[in-house]
Amino acid sequence: MEEKFINLIKEALEIEDREVSLTDKFKEFDEWDSLALLTLIAELDDNFGVTIQSEVFENITTLQELFDHVKNDQ
Amino acid sequence: MPLLQFDQVGILGLAAAVPANKIINRDYTEHFPAQDVAEIVEKTGIEERRFALKDTCSSDLCYAAAEKLIADLKIDKDEIDLLVFVSQTPDYRMPATSVILQARLGLSKQTMAFDLSLGCSAFVYGLSVVFSMVQSGQIRKALLLDGETRSRAYHPKDRRVAFLFGDGGIAAVIGKNSKFGKSFFSLNTDGNKEDLIKIKAGGYRYPSSTETVKERIVDDYGNISTDEHGTMNGGDVFNFVIQEIPVDFKRILAFAGTEKEAIDYFVFHQANAFMNGYLAKKLKLPLERVPSSIREFGNTSSVSIPLTIVSQLQGKLSGNKKLLLSGFGVGMSWASAVMDFQDCWISDMVEVGEE
Repeated sequence: MEEKFINLIKEALEIEDREVSLTDKFKEFDEWDSLALLTLIAELDDNFGVTIQSEVFENITTLQELFDHVKNDQ
Repeated sequence: MPLLQFDQVGILGLAAAVPANKIINRDYTEHFPAQDVAEIVEKTGIEERRFALKDTCSSDLCYAAAEKLIADLKIDKDEIDLLVFVSQTPDYRMPATSVILQARLGLSKQTMAFDLSLGCSAFVYGLSVVFSMVQSGQIRKALLLDGETRSRAYHPKDRRVAFLFGDGGIAAVIGKNSKFGKSFFSLNTDGNKEDLIKIKAGGYRYPSSTETVKERIVDDYGNISTDEHGTMNGGDVFNFVIQEIPVDFKRILAFAGTEKEAIDYFVFHQANAFMNGYLAKKLKLPLERVPSSIREFGNTSSVSIPLTIVSQLQGKLSGNKKLLLSGFGVGMSWASAVMDFQDCWISDMVEVGEE
């Protein structure tokens, strides 16, 4: 599941050519913007059946925290 | 359950009017770099929009559409007993714009006229109100006018909303006829989400002042807006749509006693290509039956459903066609309908003003 999650992040942010780890502070990526947010919300809904509210994104910093939300909401 | 059903009431004809002034979105680069704009255009699918010139209001677009439709259908204006104007960009705070349009269109003093204030759900809401009054049997013909000049409601320096919205107005004539079958409506509301899309200033809770017109930076990305302009929480609007609309979609199909295979066209509010595309995918709809006008007109709020019908389905609605309409947005407010379009007349598109 973790690998699927990481691949999905890479796809949503269009950074397939980079190494991404759960400790990354994803909102500091240059590619992170409101369009990436929409893509990520759609991908998480499509692949994991979870919808993550904007407030959650506002209050987290690392991919690990986002991953925890996805696992808990499933 | 907020479900309504009508019988032998239907839309006799539809016309749409848009400003002749065309905005090419990729060239709309006064405040943002062309590369950023191109990315937004590709994601939202909005290549062109129509902006009303300064002295053109929603009501002017609706007036042009109404005159075109009345002429095309050869309707005697004295037969129009009801006029409903649907908009959130009216002429004045008072009187109601429908009242002004009654006189301007030369309708009789015995015309009932009132406004409905809702956004992207408003065409379906408006239809349900008009169908309900026509069903009562006392109204010969009804005119539903739906217009928006949303291009003015959003700040051009706020990239979250600056590239999405366009202007337009439509007219629909509704009447009673045994040729129309049953129609079904589902109407919904969640006012807990009133902040997701909002223009804060200008009403009586937060009146316009020298403060409300001041430009300021509104987020971490340096977007600029004022309290007189619309804000949108794009992420949570998207969450709302993907959670609520599939539920309502199933509910209206079940209430209408039909299945998606029996629907000829699914006409959704045109939010943006990304959201509409994802919604169609989630609902597993064949794209050839999901008409879209987002590329050429952008998001025109409540006008987008009838504007899509007029611009994309002219010549495709002969005989009997079953349509599912679904509008959703500011409120949050959402509404869907299943109805037969029986020989529905679609006028040629009208352009208003200078290019």
